[in-house]
Amino acid sequence: MRHIISVLLENESGALARLVGLFAQRGYNIDSLTVAPTEDATLSRLTLVTHGNDQVIEQITKQLHKLIEVVKLTDLNDAPHLERELMLVKVKASGAQRDEVKRCADIFRGQIIDVTASTYTVQLVGTSDKLDAFIQALTGTPILEVVRSGVSGIARGEKTLAL
Amino acid sequence: MTSQTKQTEMLSGAAMVIRALADEGVEYLYGYPGGAVLHIYDALFQQSKVKHVLVRHEQAATHMADAYARATGKAGVVLVTSGPGATNAVTGIATAYMDSIPMVVLTGQVMSHLIGDDAFQETDMLGISRPICKHNMSVRRPEDIPAIIKKAFYIAQSGRPGPVVIDIPKDMTIPSQTFPYHYPSEVKLRSYQPKLKGHSGQIKKAITALLAAKKPILYAGGGVIMGGASDELTELAQLLNLPVTNTLMGLGCYPASDKQFIGMLGMHGSYEANQTMHHADLILAVGARFDDRVTNNTKKFCPDATIIHIDIDPASISKTINAHIPIVGLVKPVLSEMLELLQQKKKKLDSAALKKWWQQIDEWRAVHGGRYDSDSPLLKPQYVIEQVSKITKGNAFICSDVGQHQMYAAQYYGFNKPNRWINSGGLGTMGFGLPAAMGVKLNFPDDDVVCVTGEGSIQMNIQELSTCKQYGLGVKIINLNNGYLGMVKQWQDMNYESRYASSYMDSLPDFVKLAEAYGHVGIRVTEPEQLMPALERAFALKDQLVFLDIHIDPKEHVYPMQIPGGAMNEMFLSKTERT
Ligand SMILES: Cc1ncc(C[n+]2csc(CCOP(=O)(O)OP(=O)(O)O)c2C)c(N)n1
Ligand SMILES: [Mg+2]
Repeated sequence: MRHIISVLLENESGALARLVGLFAQRGYNIDSLTVAPTEDATLSRLTLVTHGNDQVIEQITKQLHKLIEVVKLTDLNDAPHLERELMLVKVKASGAQRDEVKRCADIFRGQIIDVTASTYTVQLVGTSDKLDAFIQALTGTPILEVVRSGVSGIARGEKTLAL
Repeated sequence: MTSQTKQTEMLSGAAMVIRALADEGVEYLYGYPGGAVLHIYDALFQQSKVKHVLVRHEQAATHMADAYARATGKAGVVLVTSGPGATNAVTGIATAYMDSIPMVVLTGQVMSHLIGDDAFQETDMLGISRPICKHNMSVRRPEDIPAIIKKAFYIAQSGRPGPVVIDIPKDMTIPSQTFPYHYPSEVKLRSYQPKLKGHSGQIKKAITALLAAKKPILYAGGGVIMGGASDELTELAQLLNLPVTNTLMGLGCYPASDKQFIGMLGMHGSYEANQTMHHADLILAVGARFDDRVTNNTKKFCPDATIIHIDIDPASISKTINAHIPIVGLVKPVLSEMLELLQQKKKKLDSAALKKWWQQIDEWRAVHGGRYDSDSPLLKPQYVIEQVSKITKGNAFICSDVGQHQMYAAQYYGFNKPNRWINSGGLGTMGFGLPAAMGVKLNFPDDDVVCVTGEGSIQMNIQELSTCKQYGLGVKIINLNNGYLGMVKQWQDMNYESRYASSYMDSLPDFVKLAEAYGHVGIRVTEPEQLMPALERAFALKDQLVFLDIHIDPKEHVYPMQIPGGAMNEMFLSKTERT
């Protein structure tokens, strides 16, 4: 099953390498990983998407906890949560395709953020599923480039992952 | 008394390294010099609190420090240079990591501004050591050195212990640049707060389950030894009359001579230990990790057992075998709390059921009971170990290498005290034995310290005979010489129709002459009747290193041996018998 794990990590050199190394060493999957400092410059916030059965996910969270620089972590799947991913898609858009892409972007609440005579670049934000669906919907439109940010996640309601 | 604010001392980074070690109470530092650590060596030279032991290969320095830690519970300390010095230490760091041994390893590094340039003797030691140590750090500012060293000791020795590596660029130790020195008395890390006490609710649950058991077993591992909990474990076992088995790493945490001890379990465990474990209805696992060399096929593992698992590392619980009642905490306070509750309750296990269980165990004991062909005209390795045990009254430190000899030592010495059986269990590092014995002998000069080894393993760090001479380390080397990489040969006998691909060691040296060349005493033993006189002579030579080259039956196999893919209790019992 797909899990989204949020981690607060000491913002120190080597900490991220250690975390990523753990996944490689122990053969766990990383489907996506986003990292950036938080409002507290000493901490980085990671969102990690992985998959595995319950036993594997339990081991992943325990092994992450063991890393000295991991301050806190939570499996967002344990409670209602929000996830968002940003995608930039550059497509070939000429002639009739220009309208088609525009319509499709509107339906998905995407924005065209760059235009040339023959291309559009669409920006889209949503769950990973929604981004997948958008790509599916672009049938017939040649895709030149796709850039995805990976998932960022946060718990719904009052629940927080903070010090 | 007048209150006087102590003036802050100004020290160079190099001096701070050594001073911090002294303030940490470190007596010996094991290492080898080189360009990147010369400032530190110079600082070492100018004081007398911390003594340095110069090995002949950096791997030996790490094993010496590691064995000191195994014997005392305190972190051993290593100092090596950058590049090849650091990479030579890698095997020793991994060895310590696999067995959760506290160690602090200081590695030199090229000057900060050269890092990343492929400078002379530069290796990315932080990258190399990351997967084989509990933590690693590099020094960015000389004034951070005391705090980093304090943190390293704290991390190495707390929670589930392990080695910590500190990488020190040469420009952090320049003698002319001084900084205020202050050694912190404690460290607090917001991201690392190992649990100490176990969850009381879980402990109560465990007691209830334990008291309801009809066929219990206490399965204790290296965590009991590193956790200093042998007394509590022994008390608990005796209070409830539980059969006790130890892992390879746990030997000595319960006295082997006691009738409740049923031997080591696992791949080369005793028949009775593996049977008892397999048929148990309750397993109380303490500081053990259900390693693959214990469980055999996990799918067939102990079908009837409720499992209580006490361990400091939550990641060790339910990793390979699901625990019904997990208790995360230091084994010592958890066992103490269990003892207290049991004493209050004044309840015991169902005595009729327990009696029946013991009858069954005694029947299993009679089946194999550690027998070997003692009528053979050839010297049997098991017999040698029994005689070593006799002459040292079971009190020696036994530092083992890796192979068949290691298993014979584990099976036949009979460890009655913790911290006396020193071996590389997790990584299985050949070459560990001699440096380990050296590390112990240096710190316990009045005790008998034995290195049990084979002609293969001893040659992996044989150069340390020179270090032994320099520091007067009177280790007794028991070389169980079978002329083969015996453990490899055994597998080839069993699985490859005795095709001995590269397991025969041709052109062995004359070990007696070799020992003599290094300035030690060498004795060759080829006949059974020569053994006892040779041992007597060796152990009478208190301060001398004696190398006993003992020619044993080259065909001997280690038994019992679990049958691959089978349950705990499926074993070969000899070359012709199996369960
Ligand atoms: C560094 C290292 N290399 C290889 C091995 C694989 N190995 C395990 S036991 C063994 C044979 C050891 O031979 P010896 O020291 O003569 O002991 P014996 O088994 O004959 O008692 C080997 C090669 C190992 N454990 N460690
Ligand atoms: Mg051999």
